[in-house]
Amino acid sequence: MTEPIILARSLSKSYGDFAAVGGLDLAVQEGEVYGFLGPNGSGKSTTILMLLGLTEPSGGSVRVCGHDPSREPLAVKRQVGYLPESVGLYGDLTGRQNLRYTAELNAIPRREADARIEQLLETVELTTAADVPAGHYSRGMRQRLGLADVLLKQPRLVILDDPTLGLDPAGIQWLLAMIHDLSTRQGITVFLSSHALVEVQRICSRVGIMSHGKMVLQGTVAELLRDRSGGFQVSLEVEESTPGLRAALESLEGVSAVREEGERFVLTAVADLRAEAAAAAVAVGARLVGLHAQDRTLEEIYLRYFHEGNAA
Amino acid sequence: MSAVFWKELADHFGRRRFLLTLSLLVLGLVWGTFVVVREVEPSVLSISDFVFLAVFTANSGVLPSLLFFLSFFGPIIGITLGFDAINSERTSGTLSRVLAQPVFRDAVFNGKLLAGMLTLFVLVASLMVCMVGIAMYRLGMAPGTDELVRLVGFTLVTTVYLAFWLALAMTASVLLRNTVASALVSIAAWLVAGFLIAVTASAIADIAVPTVETSEQALAHYEVSSWIGRLSPSQLYTEATGILLDPIGGRAVTPLQLAPERLDYLLATPVPAGQSLQLVWPHIVVLLALASVLVGGAYVRFMREEIRS
Repeated sequence: MTEPIILARSLSKSYGDFAAVGGLDLAVQEGEVYGFLGPNGSGKSTTILMLLGLTEPSGGSVRVCGHDPSREPLAVKRQVGYLPESVGLYGDLTGRQNLRYTAELNAIPRREADARIEQLLETVELTTAADVPAGHYSRGMRQRLGLADVLLKQPRLVILDDPTLGLDPAGIQWLLAMIHDLSTRQGITVFLSSHALVEVQRICSRVGIMSHGKMVLQGTVAELLRDRSGGFQVSLEVEESTPGLRAALESLEGVSAVREEGERFVLTAVADLRAEAAAAAVAVGARLVGLHAQDRTLEEIYLRYFHEGNAA
Repeated sequence: MSAVFWKELADHFGRRRFLLTLSLLVLGLVWGTFVVVREVEPSVLSISDFVFLAVFTANSGVLPSLLFFLSFFGPIIGITLGFDAINSERTSGTLSRVLAQPVFRDAVFNGKLLAGMLTLFVLVASLMVCMVGIAMYRLGMAPGTDELVRLVGFTLVTTVYLAFWLALAMTASVLLRNTVASALVSIAAWLVAGFLIAVTASAIADIAVPTVETSEQALAHYEVSSWIGRLSPSQLYTEATGILLDPIGGRAVTPLQLAPERLDYLLATPVPAGQSLQLVWPHIVVLLALASVLVGGAYVRFMREEIRS
């Protein structure tokens, strides 16, 4: 196996007595879309700054694309594109001029840069606004120009810090489609921090959840769903509550709990017990009107984790 | 670094506040030149071989000398170019975007500093050409070689002096997050250098040498006050330009001729331009050294700083 494109070992960063990141281990393989989740202040942005060498780690080691970002910043920055939470654009320059400046900083020859810029402007649907000063751009346009800016250097790895923040639903859909496209069509590794859990679940191959500067959960979305949910949930609806139904459901093998919500019963079980539950309901004479297995979502896991964390 | 340099250079010449301060300076100096040439012409022509130098130093009575005007308001231009160099980019988030590109941090700082210095040089040089041109037109004569050498030297010293203020303002822009704070601190430094140090210097000299009766005491008093005064870039600039623009009286900076009774015995023979440049050299070095100390401090801070978006 090749070296991971991002490799952090017991990485930590303290501000005085406050440990923003404490002993973080992280490995992201080339080609992955990695979702980096956690509540505000859990150390996500600080970690990203350390990956880019924009701040120095207080302890531990980090390697990005095989280089140490604080020792060899240029080697890392040549291959890594970074889209911060809110993109800083020069408001008095046009969108195109902003991109051209980035191209110059990357020492891309003028002619090639112009060709790439033209193509990227088309990709992010900004061709018509390309010669308007960036100060007049809307949030969505800024974000799209930021993405073009990141892709200009043709990076191996793209780090996006909460890119969906403040975008409208259509903008979010568009951005996620772009990210998906980057990974599948161009083979770019994507490291994405976000709060839009539903979307993250859809496009990320693996996720990690941060809390208080530590990685508390990590794995593919499917793994997390299996591990943390404690089993399947089956919800069953009847026309009217029938005596004995609850007891019948509870006595089914593999059912650990039954919750009654009016005409709805929610079973928590070790396996998908839809057929057994239906049979049991019909057996006690209940008129069954609805039956489905509830999908576990990343959001549920996330909320449950932090709910438990707070309760403890 | 060249990418940063060219962008900043283009920015400087396009900025409204730069054009505003520039036009004020141009107005003041060009108009001042006309006035000075008209008022000073008869008297100067009769006593001096250095008419073009006299244009800068002459006091018309109504206006202060052009030299004073330049030394007083020049720093504002330097400060205008630099006070928000780094912190405004930090506030707008462009700093983190630029530093995510493959450039060293010092390249960003150096690029901005060099672009600012070139802007200042272009500014000072073109002003000088304008002023000398006006003087030539009004007086109907051309400057001699010696005068030209002195004027070029004066241009360079002025550029270095303004570059010092640029470096100071840029240092403030690294150390302070707020653009208003860095502008205020720069202006405060300008006031301290312009007034406070000179006042303090003579006060300390009065304490150190309370009675000035003999020429030895006068010399001691002068040395104390001038050495403290030389901490101030304004003082250095005034001294240096005094030497350059006044080939006769400028020699008085060498302290031996200082005592008033000795000044009367001074022969009214000018010093060659080369000699004056030699006298000015230490002033330039000290100005550059002061600027380097400031920039060094800014470097230490900027290189290891965390850049949040």
